Amino acid sequence: MLSRYIIRRLLLAVPMLLGISLALFLIYNLVQVDPLVMIVGERAMDNPEIVATATRQWGLDRPVWEQYLSYVGNLVRGDFGTSFLTRRPVLDDLLLFLPATMELAVSSLLFAAVVGIPLGVIAGLRYRSTLDKGVWFISLLNASLPPFWTGLIFLTVFYYFLGIAPGPGRLAPRIPTPERVTGLLTVDSLLAGNAEAFLSALHHLILPTLILGGFTLALVIRVTRAAIIEEMRKEYIRTARSKGMSERRVTVRHALRNVLIPLVTILGLAFAGLLSGAVMTETVFDWPGLGQYLVRAAVNLDYPAIQGGTLVIAIFYILVNLTVDILYGLLDPRVRDRDG
Amino acid sequence: MDKTAVSSGSSVTNPGVVQVTASPGRLLVAHIRKYPSLWIGLAVLVVWFLIIIFASQIAPTDPLAQNLSERLAPPSSAHWFGTDELGRDIFSRVIHGARISLPAAFFVVLVSVTIGSLLGAAAGFTGGRLDDLIMRAADVTLAFPSVVLALAISSFLGPSLTNAIIAACIVLWPEYARLMRSQVLIVRSFEYVSAARSLGIPERRILLYHILPNAWTPLIIKAALDIGGIILLVSALSFLGLGVQPPTPEWGAMIALGRTKFYQWWLATFPGLAILVVIFACNLLSEGLRDWLDPNY
Repeated sequence: MLSRYIIRRLLLAVPMLLGISLALFLIYNLVQVDPLVMIVGERAMDNPEIVATATRQWGLDRPVWEQYLSYVGNLVRGDFGTSFLTRRPVLDDLLLFLPATMELAVSSLLFAAVVGIPLGVIAGLRYRSTLDKGVWFISLLNASLPPFWTGLIFLTVFYYFLGIAPGPGRLAPRIPTPERVTGLLTVDSLLAGNAEAFLSALHHLILPTLILGGFTLALVIRVTRAAIIEEMRKEYIRTARSKGMSERRVTVRHALRNVLIPLVTILGLAFAGLLSGAVMTETVFDWPGLGQYLVRAAVNLDYPAIQGGTLVIAIFYILVNLTVDILYGLLDPRVRDRDG
Repeated sequence: MDKTAVSSGSSVTNPGVVQVTASPGRLLVAHIRKYPSLWIGLAVLVVWFLIIIFASQIAPTDPLAQNLSERLAPPSSAHWFGTDELGRDIFSRVIHGARISLPAAFFVVLVSVTIGSLLGAAAGFTGGRLDDLIMRAADVTLAFPSVVLALAISSFLGPSLTNAIIAACIVLWPEYARLMRSQVLIVRSFEYVSAARSLGIPERRILLYHILPNAWTPLIIKAALDIGGIILLVSALSFLGLGVQPPTPEWGAMIALGRTKFYQWWLATFPGLAILVVIFACNLLSEGLRDWLDPNY
């Protein structure tokens, strides 16, 4: 039953991926800027020989549908094109930049969950109290903050004026980067047994995590609060109370357990928010992740890099949603029975 | 049929709650007290609209006027928010910045609501192939995180306000299509719709007069929220250099000017506060609308 559910979910992702690749390909082909100018440079555009060679080499003389087919064929083989800017395969570039984003996204998600779930539970249990309104106000304010601005303000206050936080980047400039194993600096520095690098990496994570995690925090608080309010009204809670069970036990053992299910679903949503937020946060904190890579590609009109980077992020996002769906099926048998 | 529906509807609107002595003014005060966030959000936005209308009167200087002898001056009585690298008055630039962000956001939300709800309603009402086509297009768009897709589109189209607006519309419409479709599916299953159908009322009339008026509450709540979201998106694009270009006084582009200047904190602080206030007002308005229009929440 469960395996059928998973296979069905996986199959549904295939047309989705094709649609995404088609959308990106179409946008790419509607561009007004001639990609040839980017490939050979403006000066060489006057030389018909160079232009003809480049046109043939990059397949720009073939019909559009043929270009799309070869594009998909290349994608399947893991060839995401070559960056105009770095002259390296886009996939290699992306793999180089991905770990920094992963490290930041995971620590942000952890922060949002660790702070957001308790706040949401408390607000939900004390529904309509002053405390609830306070939490509501803070989460609303938090949802209104532009992360690229908050990041800048935090850097100005905590790094420039107070000097208690490190500046932009992932590591203090004087510390050599530990040997790359996973690309996650906290993990790599531990593997290398380098405590100084580990602490520095952790220290550098704090501000961007607060900013990026804050982006997700409001969502986590809101969903937890709503779910707790709904759960506490249910019959089984009344039954548990009438059995004389302590309020603490009712909340933790009964209500909280069921609240975790909707929370898992919003992790997928939160992740999309994180990737969007990463674009802004990474730019402010000079964080060498996917977001910064994409922004640099976009500003420099590095089309293969934008196309490849956007595609990888979309695939990543679909995979996260798929995992969430499957987790949801595991946690709640009703879901897989209905869909299976 | 319609007339009877309207008259019977109005006679049912809680005759016990509305007291005969209650004047419209009192009712308004009662409404304000019951839904403070709605009215505070609305009031702040109204103030911003006044600022937009009277920007030239409020702003002490031309937002583009340079004064190199007063460059990077901190906030003072002459320049409330200080001046930037070219000696331009930041207060004037923040005031004029409202003329770009707010109308742009309203436009994007209006276009997205219109296109999205028409397509969503068509999809939900007709079903079949059209439904599949529209919803798959929406799914593909929604598979991208919004800022990432907007970034790619703006970069492909070239950095400008118009292209940022186009990118924002492309990112936003599917959310309304999906919402409208689910609303239409809910409302069309109500009994009064089958009653209308059994009376031989044409399908188009059922959709326009019976389904849509009852389906749009969540769309309004979302629209208020999205005005803030689009202001954030457009200013983020401009901050990254992919939206409004200098010297236009756009809030995100202004923050970008203060990016590497920690000491001149006023460069980024004030345009950012403007974004914060507007988005916060939109969020308040949306929360208030939800409390008012969606009592089940």
